[in-house]
Amino acid sequence: MIWQLDFIILTLVIISGIAAISIRDLLSAAALFGAYSFMMCLLWAIMGAVDVAFTEASVGAGISTVLFVAAVFRTTRRSKD
Amino acid sequence: MGLITVVLCGAMLLFGTADFPGWGDPQSPASSHVSPYYIEKSIPQTSVPNIVTAVLADYRGYDTMFETTVIFTAGIACFFLLRIQRKEPEIRYYRHIPTGITLRVEKGAKLPEDSKVFERIDTLYTPHDLIIKTTARLVIPFLLIFALYVITHGHYGPGGGFQGGVILGAAIILFAISYDLRSASRKLSERAAALLSAAGVFIYAGTGAFCLLLASNFLDYGALASILGVDPVTARSHGILIVEIGVGATVMAVMVWIYYNLSSRGKHDEGL
Repeated sequence: MIWQLDFIILTLVIISGIAAISIRDLLSAAALFGAYSFMMCLLWAIMGAVDVAFTEASVGAGISTVLFVAAVFRTTRRSKD
Repeated sequence: MGLITVVLCGAMLLFGTADFPGWGDPQSPASSHVSPYYIEKSIPQTSVPNIVTAVLADYRGYDTMFETTVIFTAGIACFFLLRIQRKEPEIRYYRHIPTGITLRVEKGAKLPEDSKVFERIDTLYTPHDLIIKTTARLVIPFLLIFALYVITHGHYGPGGGFQGGVILGAAIILFAISYDLRSASRKLSERAAALLSAAGVFIYAGTGAFCLLLASNFLDYGALASILGVDPVTARSHGILIVEIGVGATVMAVMVWIYYNLSSRGKHDEGL
């Protein structure tokens, strides 16, 4: 395990996680959540849990992002910002 | 107040992780009792090279069965929360495919539903995008074959029912996004999705109950040996494949079903 790679991915996980909950636009939050899932998937793959990484990639980064976007498209914007 | 609670809980969690054994520590409790058993016994007992699949579908079969049930319940919950039964709209729009002219049909006058020349379109304007449709049509068959490969190859590599089912569902959702919901539900109707999601759970639990009928424990696939005509060790491998197919069917159908309800606000008329 290369610790530099591990460190970069962990930092990206934390950044995208914090950004996903603090951003105001829901569509961007869904995209950031997809990025978070993808980084977690890389982290699982580095640790050798390939099955978990595969599930994270297909469920977290794939289908849940699609479902989030589908739900966001059916919402309306109340605030002006 | 909320911040203080979060910081306190986070500090306690971080303090708790200090007692964890190191990553990959051979002396840790998990690595010294359970893991060696699976690593040594999974090939002689189940003939499945991928230990994760053997643990998931055989040694911890109950767990996976109820995970499948949870997914099925999620699909039903979305259905009950979102689905609206709605009457047919009085004004319909059709597109004449060769020329691209849109036709408005008032109540009374009616065009045949399965006409090759006219296609029904939504009241919202949906652009006719050739590039996206062609790309999706080229990609979807490979996605479906890859998903089937993932389900059946779960014994030998990473993969299994959950991942393969999700990829199958994603292929159908891609079709629904690139075309529209109406064409997608012509391929896999809501009724079919609902039946398929229940059938997957039925396959899983039914396999377990069948083992019970053959005078064995619930989900002990070794009992299927006499039916399948193989030795008990190979029968456990085949039993894992059967329940993986059940899991894949449920996951695929539920993903598609949730997408149908979510993207059309439960009306099933127009997609994204």
